[in-house]
Amino acid sequence: MSLLTDDQKMLQETAASFLAEEGGIAKQLRHWRDIDCKDGFGHGLWKRFGELGLTGICIPESHGGLGLGAVEVALVLEEIGRNLTPSPFLTTAVVAVRAIEDTQHADRWYPDILSGQAVLALGVDEQARHMPDRTALEAKRQGNGFVLNGAKQFVVQGGSADMIVTLARSGGLAGEKNGLTLFAVPRDCAGLVVENAALVDSSKAALLRFNNVELDADAVIGEVDGGWVPLSRALNAGRAAAAAELVGVAAGASAMTLDYLKQRKQFGKLIGEMQALQHRAAHLYSEIEIARAVALKAAALLDRGDGRAELFVSAAKAKAADVASLAASEGVQMHGGIGMTDEHDIGLFMKRQAVLGQLFGDVFYHRERVAALSGY
Amino acid sequence: MSNLDQFRAETRAFLDENCPPEMREPIHSESDLCWGGRNWVFKSDAQRRWLEIMAGRGWTVPDWPKDYGGGGLSPAEASVLKEELQRIGARPPLTSFGISMLGPALLKFGTEVQKRHYLSQIGRGEIRWCQGYSEPGAGSDLAGLQTKAEDKGDHWLVNGQKVWTSYADKADWIFCLVRTSAESKQGGITFLLFDMLSPGVSTKPILLISGSSPFCETFFDDVKVPKDQIVGEVNKGWDVAKYLLGHEREMIAGMGLGTSGASVTLGPVIKPADPLLRAEIAAFDVDALSFAAMSERFAAMWKAGEAHPASASLMKYAGTELNKRRNALVMAGGGSDALDWAGERSHRGKAARDWLRSKGNSIEGGTSEIQLNIIAKHILHLPGS
Repeated sequence: MSLLTDDQKMLQETAASFLAEEGGIAKQLRHWRDIDCKDGFGHGLWKRFGELGLTGICIPESHGGLGLGAVEVALVLEEIGRNLTPSPFLTTAVVAVRAIEDTQHADRWYPDILSGQAVLALGVDEQARHMPDRTALEAKRQGNGFVLNGAKQFVVQGGSADMIVTLARSGGLAGEKNGLTLFAVPRDCAGLVVENAALVDSSKAALLRFNNVELDADAVIGEVDGGWVPLSRALNAGRAAAAAELVGVAAGASAMTLDYLKQRKQFGKLIGEMQALQHRAAHLYSEIEIARAVALKAAALLDRGDGRAELFVSAAKAKAADVASLAASEGVQMHGGIGMTDEHDIGLFMKRQAVLGQLFGDVFYHRERVAALSGY
Repeated sequence: MSNLDQFRAETRAFLDENCPPEMREPIHSESDLCWGGRNWVFKSDAQRRWLEIMAGRGWTVPDWPKDYGGGGLSPAEASVLKEELQRIGARPPLTSFGISMLGPALLKFGTEVQKRHYLSQIGRGEIRWCQGYSEPGAGSDLAGLQTKAEDKGDHWLVNGQKVWTSYADKADWIFCLVRTSAESKQGGITFLLFDMLSPGVSTKPILLISGSSPFCETFFDDVKVPKDQIVGEVNKGWDVAKYLLGHEREMIAGMGLGTSGASVTLGPVIKPADPLLRAEIAAFDVDALSFAAMSERFAAMWKAGEAHPASASLMKYAGTELNKRRNALVMAGGGSDALDWAGERSHRGKAARDWLRSKGNSIEGGTSEIQLNIIAKHILHLPGS
């Protein structure tokens, strides 16, 4: 694997300083949480993402974007994870942009994404577990278009979105990848009921009910019954991106914990002098480095269109989720009582990794996928 | 076609034509490897030819300079060669501590004369080296070593004992840490090279739980060593030793990926029928793929000089712990078949012996606990460590 190019290092530095200065916990996550913001993130910050070009990170240069790949996305998301910055970057700038790539919807939405005006979401899950091929939300042909009936849940930022990329079943049976179609569904369309819900990490996810939602044929993204192709493109990008964000969450929790080990005194000495804690901190460091390596490898393989990309994306998502969970648990434990208080930030890492861990498939989903893709 | 693509095409054609089919068979035990040396008995004509063919191009040590018997390949070309060797499942033509440990130390600390002499011998597989580091009283606390080398004017006089000397009974020469000053613990150590046929050297194999004896106790009784056979300066051997340990850890860490040429993931090999075992193997395979990515990243960063010097400890720690898990799962997957110790069908108890041998991985070359200490101190800068 090659290391970062000069351009990638520059992007990493830009993202790191931007997010540390403007995306920090006090300014963003706690602020929006404490005023009970309906979006769970700040539109002002999203426009700043736009000004820096970051909303167009995956949008082709021909459409005015940066035209960058999964590696660059990972670099930005690691910084987002480290700062627990709430934003629609993952769902809008990565997942939705990839879903509508090379379709007529790109012309409609890319300009508003570039400017930081538009927020897009992805509606896939229908149950508590991620199982895209089990999709049952019905899309029935009617005249020149479709009528949608059913429900979606865990639609991250669905309540704030202008458009929801929605997976529906237009043919075939539950469990089949054929017969799925991806639709661009405007949030304000008739028959769509949006219930906004706060999640454990103070982000928002919507429950969507489709009651005879009528869509024109041109709402279809890609081919009718061929939704698995753009969906996979979007999900792979999203999973690799979530893995990178989880690495950032782990690194942020670990850095905070290391600081604490170097400050907190008990028995007349710094607790970081205790070998019992040193070994756990060193193990955690080792795990985070490994998680970062596999997240970057998965991203690089996606960018190269390598046949092993899906295998490594799933390995990366599973590994990063495991490691972020470890980092958060160790972080709270090593902080002791203060780590259990709402006042201290370490608990916020615990909450964020739980949500990212579920997003686009949890550890068990991705271990299963590693096994299936490996042929056992 | 880029130069690298052309190199790949030429390398592929060369290997296809020249790598004997027997040398593309999976490695069943350490005895399938070619270690070279004065007393080496080739296991087959194919093994001898494969060594000659590769040594002839300097490809036993592809990235060493041509002046010292290496292949003179760039890091990128060396990676291509490695990939092409893996592609056809080729066995390494030569395995030796000269290549993996002494060589890198000589390249960094050796004199021009030493490099030309010793490195070329290593590349051709003429001299088999062993490493004299640990002593009965100096294990994890390696710098506490007591084997003494006295300056007798025209030679060093060495007295003492080493332990866990890998293949000392089969090696031709030893690179050895000795105490040349009692005034400073780390600053009184010198890095010495000498012939194992020197009068006063004796070895005694140690039988391990795996049933093999890869290690020896090694005794030095008034061994005379020529004065110029030191690497680096007198009393500065700890610097050489630490540098070399980094390479040793890198090598041991590679074991996390399993035997060369074998699958990184375990599921395709075991094909577990039991759902709970399958789940555990899938969890292992996630870690194995992740560690494979880490190994690639570490190698690239190490070559580019971007790796933290102590990060070899991470690789050693994670790689050996992973290898222990791998072997334990192979045992679980094999069920009662894996308990066989001597039968032909089990390749003389390969699974059980490998499993038992793997337990030493996290002890030799610095225990896992020592690696965690190093990470805590040098990378995390935790206090008082």
